[in-house]
Order: sequence, then C-alpha cells, then structure tokens
Amino acid sequence: MNRYPFWKYLLILAVAALGFLYAAPNLYAPDPAVQISGQSSAMQVGPGVLDKAERALDEAGIEYFGGEVGDKAALLRLKSIEEQLPAKRAIQEALGHSDYVVALNLASTTPDWLANMGASPMKLGLDLAGGVHFLMEVDTNTIVKTNMEGYEADVKAKLRAAKARYRSVDLVDDREIVARFRDEELRNLAMSTLRKEFPQLQLTESGSGDNLEVRATLSEQEIKQLEDYAVTQNLTTLRNRVNELGVAEPIVQRQGRNRIVVELPGVQDTAEAKRIIGKTANLEFRMEARPDTLVTNKEYFEYRNEQQRQMYGGAWLERKVIIKGDSVTNARVGYDESGLPQVNITLDSRGGELMHRATWKNVGRRMGTLFIESRFVPETKVDEQGNEITVQRRTDDKKIISLATVQSALGKQFRITGLDSPAEAQELALLLRAGALAAPMYFVEERVIGPSLGADNIEVGVTSVQIGLLAVVICMLLFYRVFGLAANIALAINMVLLVAVMSILGATLTLPGIAGIVLTVGMAVDANVLIFSRIREELRNGMPPQSAISAGFDNAYSTIVDANITTLIVAVILYAIGSGPVQGFAVTLSIGILTSMFSAIMGTRAIINLFYGGRRVQKLWI
Amino acid sequence: MSETTVENGKITEYMGKRVIDFMRWRKLAAAASVALVIASIAALVMNGLQFGLDFTGGTQIEVGYEQAPRIEDVRSQLQEAGYEGASVVRFGSDNEILIKLPPEVAEEQTQVSARDEEASQSIGDEVVAMLGQKAGGSVELRRVEMVGPQIGEELRDDGGLGMLFALVVVMAYVALRFQYKFSVGAVVALAHDVIIVLGFFALLKLDFDLTVLAAVLAVIGYSLNDTIVVADRIRENFRKVRKADSEEIINISISQTLGRTFMTSFTTLLVLWALQFFGGELIHNFSLALIVGVVVGTYSSVYVAANVLMMMHITKEDLMPPVKEGAELEEMP
Repeated sequence: MNRYPFWKYLLILAVAALGFLYAAPNLYAPDPAVQISGQSSAMQVGPGVLDKAERALDEAGIEYFGGEVGDKAALLRLKSIEEQLPAKRAIQEALGHSDYVVALNLASTTPDWLANMGASPMKLGLDLAGGVHFLMEVDTNTIVKTNMEGYEADVKAKLRAAKARYRSVDLVDDREIVARFRDEELRNLAMSTLRKEFPQLQLTESGSGDNLEVRATLSEQEIKQLEDYAVTQNLTTLRNRVNELGVAEPIVQRQGRNRIVVELPGVQDTAEAKRIIGKTANLEFRMEARPDTLVTNKEYFEYRNEQQRQMYGGAWLERKVIIKGDSVTNARVGYDESGLPQVNITLDSRGGELMHRATWKNVGRRMGTLFIESRFVPETKVDEQGNEITVQRRTDDKKIISLATVQSALGKQFRITGLDSPAEAQELALLLRAGALAAPMYFVEERVIGPSLGADNIEVGVTSVQIGLLAVVICMLLFYRVFGLAANIALAINMVLLVAVMSILGATLTLPGIAGIVLTVGMAVDANVLIFSRIREELRNGMPPQSAISAGFDNAYSTIVDANITTLIVAVILYAIGSGPVQGFAVTLSIGILTSMFSAIMGTRAIINLFYGGRRVQKLWI
Repeated sequence: MSETTVENGKITEYMGKRVIDFMRWRKLAAAASVALVIASIAALVMNGLQFGLDFTGGTQIEVGYEQAPRIEDVRSQLQEAGYEGASVVRFGSDNEILIKLPPEVAEEQTQVSARDEEASQSIGDEVVAMLGQKAGGSVELRRVEMVGPQIGEELRDDGGLGMLFALVVVMAYVALRFQYKFSVGAVVALAHDVIIVLGFFALLKLDFDLTVLAAVLAVIGYSLNDTIVVADRIRENFRKVRKADSEEIINISISQTLGRTFMTSFTTLLVLWALQFFGGELIHNFSLALIVGVVVGTYSSVYVAANVLMMMHITKEDLMPPVKEGAELEEMP
C-alpha cells in the first residue's frame, strides 16, 4: 500500500530536475557593464572602439574585464556597480557624443550550456533594477482638430467646385465644421456633394429661414481609427528612439485605447530619456540643385541608407524648402500595376498646393526628401559663478532618404516609385510618417527608481523570503516531524518550480512579486496541513497507519482543489484589473498556487510513499 | 466504539475528538461582527480612506541624505524654492525623506507635451539638485513618482469594480460547487473581512495605495480559502453524520478543521511578519493589510460563514447529493 509506480517517481524527479535547470540562471548574478553601440543602426562597433573604451577606463582607474564585441554593440564588464556611471562618462567622453551611444547594462553570467538550453534568469522589474517608467497619452483632441482643419479647406474647395454657394464655412470648437447656406436648394446640393466626397464625415442639418446649416463631425469610429493610427505611429517612432538609448531590455507597449508605456530599466537620467522620447524628427522636400546653381543656394547632403551612401555619396539640393514634414498626412506602402513597391504619399491641401506650384514647371528634375533628426549633445560650459555646468545643445542631422525624378506635376497625392524592395518601401514610408505630425503625447505618469533603492528592495525582498521560509520550515518540522520534513522538501521544490516557471515565461519579478512569493510560501503548506491533519484524524479514529495515509491524501484532495481554485480566480481578477505592481503580485501568486498543487500533493505523497510505503508501520511520526 | 459521545443532550465528542460548542456563542459573535463592521463603516465615513498617490495622482519624491536632516529644514527649503504645500515625512530610516507635492504639480506636469522641450526637465532632478545645494551636496534621488489625476481616477474605479467582480465570481463558483446558502455565507464572510480591513486603514489613517488594494484582494482569496475548507467539511458531515442536528454538525466540522485553520493562519502570519519587519517601507502597508485580513479571515471562517448558514437554516436536505448520484453511491460495495 502507498506505493507509486516507478514512472511516477521518475516524472516527479524529472520535473524537479528541469525546474532546477531552468531556475539555475537566477543564481548567477549579472555583472554591471557598459554597452557601446553606434548612433545609427548602420554604425559598426569594432575592436578599435573597444580598445579606445578600454584605454579610457584605464585612465580613469576603473577596473573592467571581459570586453566583447557583439553584432551591434560592444560590452565591457565592470567590477562594481558604483563605477557604472563614471565608466559611462569616461567612455562617452573618449568616444565623443556624435557617433556612439554608451549605456548602462547588466551582462548575464549564465554559463553557455544553460543559455543554450534557453534558460535565462527572471527579468527584474523597475522597482528592483532601478530605471524609469513613463506612461504617455496621445492627445485625441489635437488629432481631431488637425484633421478637421484639413477638412475645412477641402470642404470649401469641394463646395465651390459644385457651385454650392455658402455664406460661411467655419470650424467650431475644433471639432465641428459648420457650413451656412441661404436657401434649401443650395443646402441640398451641398449635402449631396459632401456626402459623396466625404463619406467619413457625419452630416446633420440644422438652422432655419435664410440661415440653413450643415454640420459635419468625425464619427466615433473615424476618431478611433485616427487614434489607432496615431498610437501605432508613435509606438514605432518611440521604439526607434528608445533603441538609440541602448537600454538592455526596454518596454514600449500600447496600453488601452490611447496610451503608451515606456519602461527603461537601468536608465537614471530622466531628463535624457525624456528628451530622446520627445525628440522630433522632421522632413524637408527640396528640389535637386542644377549643376549651375550657385554654391550659396545649394547644400550637400549624404544619403541616410549606408548602401546608397557608399554608391553615390550624397547630392546637392537647393536651399529652398518646398514643404516640411508637417504637411505629410500619410505615407503608405503600395504596389503599382506591375507589382513593384511604391510609397503613396498624401499631403494636406496647403502642402498639395505648394507641391504643385514647385513641381509643375520642374518635370524631369529630381526632388530630394531629407530626414532630419534632432539630437541633444551635452556640452560643458562655465557659468557666471565659474562652475562647470553641462548644457544640452541641439544639433540637427539631415540626411537624404529619397531622391526621385518628378514625372509630372505633383499635387495632394503622389507616389515615389523605383524602389528596390518592399523592405525599402516599408522603411521609406516609416521615415516619411515619422516626420509627419504624429499626434502630440503627454506624460501622464512618470516613475523613477534610483539604483540604490532597487538594490535595497532586492535585499529586503530576499531577506524576508529567507526568514519567512525558515520560520515556516521550522514550524512544519515541529508540528509534523517526518511529514513536516516531507512537506519542507516539497516546499523547496515548489520554490524552485515557481522560479523556473517565471523564468521560462519571461515574467518580470517585482517587489510585490516577491511579496507574492512570500505569501505563497505561507499558503503552499496549507495543502500539506490539510492532508496531515486529516491523517491524524484518521489515526485517531483507529485506522491503521497505511490506510490513514491513503485516506488522508484522498479526503483532503477535493478540499485543496476547491480552495486553490477560488484563490486562483481572485489572482486572475487581480491580474486583469491591476497595473504594474499589482500584476507582478498576481503573477507570482497564481504561478505559486499552481506549482504548489503539484508539489504539495504529488511531491509530498511521493516522499511519504518512499519513506513509509509498502512496509509494516506501527506508528507514524506525525 | 460509538461514533459520538453525548452529554446533556449535546454532542461533546465525535470520532474521538472533542467537539467545541462554537455555535453556543454565535449570537455573541454575530453581535461582535456587526459591531466591528459598523465601527469600520463609521471610520470609513468619518475619516475616509487616505488614498495613496496611485489613486489620487500627484508627485512623490523620495530622497536619501547621508546624515539625517531636520524635517523643518527640508520643508522650509522647499517652500523657499517655490514648492508650496509640500508634505515632508521620514520614510523608513532617519536618512530618507519622502516629499509629497500637491496634485496641481502633477497636473501641470502632465500638461507638458512630450514634444515640448520643457518636458525634458524632470521635477525629481530639480528638487534633488535644489536640496543637494542647500544641504551641501550628497542628496540622492531614490524614487520619483508622478501620476496624473486621470490615471488615479481610473485606477480607483477599476479597483472598486475588480473587488465587486471578485465577490460575484466567487459567489457563483461557491454556489455551483456547494449550494447557494454556502455562497451567501462565503460572500458575507468576505465582505465582513474586506470592510474590517478597510475600516482599519481608515481608522489609523494609513496610506491606501495600489499594493494595499492587492493585499485586500489577496485577503479575499485567503479568507475564501479558509471558508471553503470549513464549508467542505460541513457538507461532508451533513452527508455522513447521522444523529445530529445542523448546529451540532457545524460544531463538529469547525472543531475538526480548527487545527488546520490555526496552523495555516499561523504559517501565513509567520511569513507576513517576516515581510512586515524585513520587507521594507514600500510593502509595509501591504503586509499590514494582509495580517489584519488573515486574523479577521480566520475568525470569520469560524463564525461568520457558519453563522450565516445557521441563520439560513441549512439542513441535511440542502446538501444531500442529487438522487441519481446517491443511488450510484449506494450500489458501491
């Protein structure tokens, strides 16, 4: 009696062993490190750069080791975490600000054989790793306003063209276009014109006598689409910008209808982070300079794309700007009749006019599109009191992203063809949109956690887990002796499994998450307590030891499942309604409940069976 | 061996275990519970919950000094620098200071667009630089939290909704697995626990932040766990014990599970104390809420849920398995 088939032991052993393997990477504390990457993705970071950085650290007297050059970035490990910031400063100073980004990082020390199995440590949340968290909201009102402003001009133009003479067309409250007419006939004409030309607008009639009105608004669905578009566009732009920060594991995610979360672990300089996030990219469309254009009227720009730069270098463009990026309302990838990729560009009406004026007599010439990125470069200055202060100077980087021949007079809508691949078209469209007026965003939440607080949090978290665990282990031993020992082994397996599952799922560990683990420790033994008190009860009823063990496990089973499922329901609700910290707690709690059911029921049973099973037992040590 | 020992017409022992007559004091316990709940509601009405930053929005800056500064100094330095209405308290140790700026500051901050170059100025950096200058260097920024008012409002709504939703789902689950009288008992017990924990926070004017909300929801989970274990046993005994009335069956069930109830509460309290004393200032209130919740939850699983069952006149018939299932059981050897 009370014996498990051999395969069951094997299964439990295998699960525990896998758990150990996947939990193991968490034992290897990462090295503090600095990471050097190129300012743009095209920049290569070679051994020469690493040498330079190492020399800078030597000079600053900062100890380092294990320099390595990866695909995109070089990494230097440091001896102590306090030296990260000085090291970053020293290297940035030595390499200059214009070409390289130096960022703080944590380098994994997981052995290769573990890493090859896909095992990796848990991610640490911001409250443990330190870093910044932003929540940004896309400004819906401005999106609606800019759109309606665009429509206002278009509505006037279409009404004029249809000879629907209006008394006035105004934008009211930034969200409603009101057109006024003298008589019914004109209004009906206007209604049918507008209905045909602008199906996306909601039209209503109002007014009376000789003051008849047509009111046009964006439908809720249309607004939602615009919002969607703005958020996706901002997301892409933000991702690109955040990548420049060289942060180890940044999070840029949409949250809800119109919000974006940005989390940058390890970043300390909020001001810098905010600058980069808020950085504006812009576009300029200019004609290519004729060979005989005076030098004072033209400028030389390089291609942004490295391949093109190597092939052609750059081009001379006129100084005169036709339109800027804020005129671009959309840029999408499309395909022409023969299936070649192209980028379709839509301008607002003012931009369309300007574009038409500039191109109708310049057919056959080439037009260049410049992509402008602003960067802030720290500069050391001396202020009035003679103190050295660092100020951020803004520099503009202008590069050519497209140089295409004008085939005919261009207007509100035109396209760029002659692109080599869909990928190129995709990138061009993205860059054109990045310059377009993405809706403005506001910081609605901002959290910064200093590195010392993060380290403190880890310490208090680990201490409380250790002490809580120790207290529970002793308590179980005192109360249930041999069975307590079995429960403790199961508890240890449970902890390992919990950590392993979190590592495999890539869940983020936070301070509330640690609290969840601690709570799991306290509650995980509940299953065992239920079983053991049941066994004691059966013994008291005069049942022989072996049957008591069996009955105890069997009778407690449904209670354990019921109790845990209800707790799991609560944990899931917690996860669904919660944000950051609460979710961290909910995740560890729910994983803990699931792993504890396995370890407390199957694990404990296996140990007890090994110990007592199949023997004549007179007395149970319980 | 006889199953039960009867003295003065009451079962005092069942299957070799002493049966404590819990339900004898059930009226007293009910009165105590009602009094506690009323007191809690009164505290909630009078003091209200001291909502933390997560819910109200606002700005909070934690700074670390090398030597403990005087609170008054920090306060006047802030005032001089134009931060009106800042509250300054020690946080955790003597060297750490928590500064709370009024909600208007956060509101202003959220008005700044990400495109604006002014956005690059961070209020945390500003305050730390200012305090560092006044203190002669060495002020460290530990944490800055700026939450816009709209976020807080949403969280408050979501939190309240979440709690209600949790109660409803739990009620449905218990009704499905047990019987509706049990689900009423469980939900009354849960509401009892949640109200008392909230009342405790209102009475002592403790900060109620997002982690405390998580703790309250965890209390729901925990207390439910306890209640279900007792309910499970009551159901089992209704089907098993023959010559006993409802009151006696509830007494037997609670007596049987009492050891387990105490043991689990004890181990949970052990780890919560560990969290409270070693877990640091940030989760201090979290563990406090859970400690109160576990204590109240333990009591409520004994007295509140069972009491409701008694009041609703739970009977054997309520819990007899459906006829078909019963027939099968009897056929079994």
